[in-house]
Amino acid sequence: MSNYQLTEAIERYLKGEMSSEERAHFEQLRKDNADIDSKIAEHLHFTGLLNQYRERLELEDKLNAIHHEIDVHALVEEMTVHPSWIVQMWRNHHSKISVAASVAIFAVLTTMFSTGYFSNRNQPHYKELRDQIEGVKQAAKRLDSKTNDLAREIGSRKRMLSPSNYKGTGFAVSSSGYIVTNYHVIGNKYDSLYVQNAAGESFHAIKVYADPTYDVAILKIDDESFNGLPALPYNFKRMKSDLGEDVFTLGYSEGDAPVMDKGYVSSTDGFKGDSVRMRVSIPVNPGNSGGPLVNSKGSIIGIVSGMQTQTEGASYAIKTGYFYKAIQNVPQDSLSGKLSLGNKNTLAGLSRVQQIKKMQNYVFMVKVY
Amino acid sequence: MNNSVPPTDSEVILGILNNQESVLKRLYLAYFPMVLQLIINNSGTQDDAKDIYQEAIIVLYNKVKGGEFELSSKLKTFIYSVCRRLWLKRLSQMNRYGGDIRDFEQHLPVEEDVDLHSDRDIQFEKMEGALQLLGEPCKTIIEDFYINNRSMQEICEKFGYTNADNAKTQKYKCLQRLKKLFFQQK
Repeated sequence: MSNYQLTEAIERYLKGEMSSEERAHFEQLRKDNADIDSKIAEHLHFTGLLNQYRERLELEDKLNAIHHEIDVHALVEEMTVHPSWIVQMWRNHHSKISVAASVAIFAVLTTMFSTGYFSNRNQPHYKELRDQIEGVKQAAKRLDSKTNDLAREIGSRKRMLSPSNYKGTGFAVSSSGYIVTNYHVIGNKYDSLYVQNAAGESFHAIKVYADPTYDVAILKIDDESFNGLPALPYNFKRMKSDLGEDVFTLGYSEGDAPVMDKGYVSSTDGFKGDSVRMRVSIPVNPGNSGGPLVNSKGSIIGIVSGMQTQTEGASYAIKTGYFYKAIQNVPQDSLSGKLSLGNKNTLAGLSRVQQIKKMQNYVFMVKVY
Repeated sequence: MNNSVPPTDSEVILGILNNQESVLKRLYLAYFPMVLQLIINNSGTQDDAKDIYQEAIIVLYNKVKGGEFELSSKLKTFIYSVCRRLWLKRLSQMNRYGGDIRDFEQHLPVEEDVDLHSDRDIQFEKMEGALQLLGEPCKTIIEDFYINNRSMQEICEKFGYTNADNAKTQKYKCLQRLKKLFFQQK
C-alpha cells in the first residue's frame, strides 16, 4: 500500500466512510502494524491543528465583528484617568523640560565661572588697615558723657577725648605740622580730623590734599595749642629699596601708645604686581595704615597701607617716590606754611631704641570722626 | 436578548459549549470596558486593548471547549487576570515595563493558562506561515477540504478537475507539502 493510498484510507476510516467489512479489515491492519497506528495518530494530530486554526480564525472574525460595534473612542474618553495638568504636562513634556533645565544649569554655571565667582572667593584679597570701631560705638557713648564731664573739670586744655570712628597712623613730613597718611584712613566722609601724639595730646587737623590713586593724604595741624615741631630727625629715601632690607614701622594699632613692628622688604612690587607699593614682610594690624616704613638708617622708605588677607605677614607699603609725587601735586595756595621735606637724617648712627625714641614724637594717631 | 446585560457565568460557559454567538457577544461587550481601562491606564492604546482582550477571550474559549474550565472564580476576575498577565508580558517585551502596574480589579495567578495559550499561539502562527508558503492552488484546496469542510466533489468542480481521483491526488500532494512546511518551521 502506497503512502497515498494509506492516507486516503485513513481519511475515509476517520470520516466513517468505510463499509463495515472494509473497516474491520483496516482495524485488523492497524492492530497488526504499529506503523499504521502511529500514522493515524499523526494524521489526527495534524488535522486537529488545522481544525484549531480554523476555529481560531472563525472566533477572531466573530470577535472583530462584535468589536466593530463598540464605540471605543467614547469609552476611552470615559476611562482615561485625567491626572492634574502639572502631571500631564510633565508626562508629555518631561524630555523637553529636562533639556531646558540642563541648559539653564549649564548657563548659570558658565556665567558663574566666567565672572570668576569660583575663583574670587578663595583667592586672597587686599585689606586696608583702617581700624573700624563702629561696633563699640554704643558703649563708647556712655563713656563719652562721663569723660566730657571730666574734660570740663580739667577745662584748661582742649583735648579730644571721645573715641574716633576710625583711626590710623600718620607722620610728620615737616616741622610746620604737615602730616602724611593714607587716603583710605580719612576717606571722604568725615566730620573732623584729629591727630594725637605719643604723649596723648590731641590736635585738630585739616585735610590739605588727598590722592585716592596713590592712597596718599596730607593733613595740616590746625590748632592753637600746636606750637610746631622740632626739626625732623629722619629723611626720605627716594631710591628704590632693596630686597631684604631691614625695616620697621611705628603705628597706633593698639591703644594710645605707638607700637613698633619690624620686618624686611620682601618684594619691590606690591599686591598682584602693583608697582606703586612694595611688599614688606612685617606683622601689621588694623590701625597701622599710614605709618612710616623706616629702614635701619632712619630713612623713611614708604607708608604702610595694607596687608594681604591670607598670607601671614605679607603687608604693603606705598613707595616714597609716589608720595613725593603727591606732595608736589599739592597746590601752593592751599599751603598756609612752608611744606618742605627734611633732608637731614640725625638717626643714622643711632641704635634702634634711640631711633624710635626720637621718632615717636613725629608719629601721630589719625582719628577720624 | 438584551446585549447590555452581562451574561451570568454559567450562561457564558453553556453558550460557548453550544456555540451561541449571542452569548459570546454579550460576554465581549460586558467586559471590554474593564480591559480597556486597564490597558489605557498602563501605557497602552485602544488597539492594544483590543488585541489583549480578544486573546483573553480566546484563552477562555479554548479552556471551556477543552472542558478544563472550573468555575472557581468569577469569569470577570479570570478575564481581567489573563489580560493583566498578557499585558505585562507584552510590556516587558517592549522594554516598557517599569515594574509597576495600575490595577483596577482583583486578580488571580493565571500563568499556566497564559503559557498554554502562547503554545497554541505558536502553533497557530506556524500553521498560518505554512499555509502562506504553500501557494495556490494547494492553499485553497486544503482550506476548502480541511478548514471549510467542503466535499471532494465541490472541490473538483471549483478547480475543474476532470475526475475526483485527480483532485484527490492533488490534495494528497498538497497535504504532504503542508506537513513538510509546518514541521520545518521553527
